[in-house]
Amino acid sequence: MIYVLKSFIKKEFTQIKRDKRMLFFIFVPPLIQLLILGYALNFDIKNIDVCFCDLEKTSESREILRKLSSSGYFRIKYYLESCKKMDELLDKGKVKVGIKIDKNFSKKKEIQIIIDGTDVNTASISKGYLKKIFYEKFERKNPEVNFELRVWYNPELKSQNYNVPGIVAFLIMLTCLLLTSMSIVKERESGTLEQILVTPLKPIEFIIGKTIPFAIIGFFEMSLALIFAILVFKIPLKGSILFLFFSALIYILSFLGIGLFISTISKTMQQAMMLSFFILLPTIILSGFLFPIENMPLLIQYITYLNPLRYFLIIIRGIFLKGIGLSILWKEILILLFISTAISSLSILNFRKRIK
Amino acid sequence: MRIKRVFAISKKEYLQIIRDPISLSLSFLMPAVLLFLFGYAISFDIKNIKTCVLDQERNSKSRNFISNFESSGYFKVISYLEREDEIDKFLDSGKTALGIWIPQNFSKNSEALIVIDGSDAGNASLILNYISDIFLADKENSSKINLKIRFWYNEDLKSRNFIIPGLIALIIAIISALLSSLTISREWERGTMEKLISTPLKPSEVIIGKIIPYFLIGIIDLVFSVLIACLLFKVPLKGNLFFLSLVSLIYLFGGLSYGILISTATKSQILSIQISIVSTYLPTLLLSGFIFAIENMPDIIQTITYLVPAKYFIFIVRNIFLKGSPVNYLLFQFILLVLFSLLFFALSIKKFKKEV
Repeated sequence: MIYVLKSFIKKEFTQIKRDKRMLFFIFVPPLIQLLILGYALNFDIKNIDVCFCDLEKTSESREILRKLSSSGYFRIKYYLESCKKMDELLDKGKVKVGIKIDKNFSKKKEIQIIIDGTDVNTASISKGYLKKIFYEKFERKNPEVNFELRVWYNPELKSQNYNVPGIVAFLIMLTCLLLTSMSIVKERESGTLEQILVTPLKPIEFIIGKTIPFAIIGFFEMSLALIFAILVFKIPLKGSILFLFFSALIYILSFLGIGLFISTISKTMQQAMMLSFFILLPTIILSGFLFPIENMPLLIQYITYLNPLRYFLIIIRGIFLKGIGLSILWKEILILLFISTAISSLSILNFRKRIK
Repeated sequence: MRIKRVFAISKKEYLQIIRDPISLSLSFLMPAVLLFLFGYAISFDIKNIKTCVLDQERNSKSRNFISNFESSGYFKVISYLEREDEIDKFLDSGKTALGIWIPQNFSKNSEALIVIDGSDAGNASLILNYISDIFLADKENSSKINLKIRFWYNEDLKSRNFIIPGLIALIIAIISALLSSLTISREWERGTMEKLISTPLKPSEVIIGKIIPYFLIGIIDLVFSVLIACLLFKVPLKGNLFFLSLVSLIYLFGGLSYGILISTATKSQILSIQISIVSTYLPTLLLSGFIFAIENMPDIIQTITYLVPAKYFIFIVRNIFLKGSPVNYLLFQFILLVLFSLLFFALSIKKFKKEV
C-alpha cells in the first residue's frame, strides 16, 4: 500500500512541478497580497478631511482651527470665509466634516458641525474625536472620578497587529480551498480519473495522495507568510511558535478536507469554482476576520460555530497578541481536529460511492 | 462582424449554461446569500460589550460608577469578580473585552482602573470612544461651547445604508469574474477551441457572443440586488435610477471583459480562477473603500487603489443611493469606468487574436 501511495504522490508532485506558472501563482500573489493588505486594512482613522468655515475670524476661532489641525485626527483641506461652498464640498465627497463658526460665535458659543454619514465608521469616530477635542482641551479638567485607562495586548492600538495574523489565515485558506477543490475534478474533466481508478490504488489512498502534496504546499506557504508577518510587519509573537505551526497544520487540513469534498461532488471545474466561492464568502464574513462576531444576531452567531476559520482566528490571534497556549486554546484545537477528520472522512466516503 | 454569428455563439454558450444547473443556480443564490449576510449579520454599531467588574468597595458610589457603564447601553456586565487575577483570566480567554477594577479606597481617592482588550484595535478604539462619551456627557452640559453635530446623508448612521450599496458592486465583481473567467480556458482545456477557430468566426464575434449570456445573468443579479436593497433593507435611493443602471451595466461589461481577458491569457482553468480571485475579488473587497476607508491607507497603497475599478463604481453607487448626487458630480469616476471597461474589452479581443 505504501508503495502505491508513494508513486501516486510522486505523480502529483511531478504534475505540480511541471506547471511553473502554476507554482508561481501559488506562492507569489498571496505574499504580495499579504504585503498590500497588511498595510491597507486599517481601522485607525486619521487625516479626516475637514472644511472649516470661519465667519467670525477672531483669535478664539483661530484657536479652534489650530487645535483641530494639531490633533492629528483632522486635516483642514479647505478654509472658507463664506459658507456657500461647504454643501457642495460635502456633496462631492471632497470633505467628510464641515465645521461652521457663526458670526456671533463669541457671544453664542455655538459651533455647527456637519458630518458625512455615508461611511458609518468614520462618521461615528469623527464625532468622538470632535467631542474629545472640544470638551477635553478647551474646558479645564474637573472630573468627579479619575480613572486610568489601560489597553492590554496591543497598547498602541495598531490594527495591523490584529489584522495581519487574520490575513495570513485568510490567504492560506484561499489557496488550500481553491487548489484542492480543483484537484479531483481536474482529473475527471481531462479523463485521467479512469486511468487512475484501474490501478490498485484504493479510494482512501487516492484521497490521502491528493491531500499530502497540497498540505505540504499549504504548510510551506503558511510558514512564508508567518515569517513575513513577523519580520516585515513586526507583529509581536508572544506565544509559542511551535504551537502556532502545530495548530496551522490542523487548520490547513480542515480546509484541504473541505476542498476535497467540493471536488468529489462537482462534475466540472466551473461547478467546483462556484461551490468553493459559495462556501468561501460566508466563511470570511462569519469568521470574525473583518466583523466582530459578538455584533451579529444570535442565530447567526450559532452558525459561526461551524466555521473552521473562526477557531483558527481565535488561535492565531491568541498566540500572537496574548501569548496564550494550549491550556486556554485546547477547545478550539479539538474542534478544528474534529472538523478536519469529519470532512475528510466524508470526502472519502463520497468518493468511494461515486466511483462504484 | 455579423450579428448572426454572434448569436450563434451566444446560443451555444447559453446551452452550456443551461446544462449546468448547479453553476447557474449558484450564480443566483450567491447574491442572495451575500445580501442576507451583509444585511443582517454585519453591523458596526457595537452594543452590549461584555464587561467584567471587580468591585472591592461595594458602596453606592462604586455602584453608581458601574451603572454609568450599564445604562449607556454600550456595555453589559456579565460577571462580578472576587479576585484581581480573575480580570487577567477573563481578558486572556476573550470572555470579556473590558475589565473594570474599583479598588477599596474608591470613595476617598476616586480612582478606578479600566482595562480594554486592545487586540482588535478597531473595536478597542470604539470602546474608548464610548467611554469618553459616557464621561464627557456631564462636561458637555456644563460646557460653555455648544456643539451642534448633525449627520448628513445617513442621519441615523445605519450600517446597512453604508454597506449594501457597496455590496452591489462586490456582487457584480464576483459574479462577472466567476462566470466569464473560465469560458475560454475551458475550450482550450477540452480541445474544443480548435473547432471554434476553424469556423469563420472572428475574435470579436466570439468574445461578444460569449459575453452576452453572462451579461443577461448579471443583469438579473443586479436588478435583484437593487430591489432587495430598496425594498427589504430600505436603503434610500435618492438619485437617478437611470444613471445607476447605466453605470452598473458598464461596470458589469468591464468585469466580464476582464474575466475573458484572463481566461484567454492563461488557457488553464485553475490558473484563471487563481488570477481572477487575486486580482478582482480581493481588491474589490479590501482596496475599494467598500469597508476600509481609502484615506487611512498609506500613500503607496492609496496610489494602487486608483487601479481598482470597483473604487469608482462603489463611489458612484453610494453617492447615487445616499446623497442623490447629480450626474456632473460623478462624471470623473464615470469616465474612468468607461475607459476601464473599453480597455479590458479591447485587450481581450487583441489577446484572443494573438493566441489564435
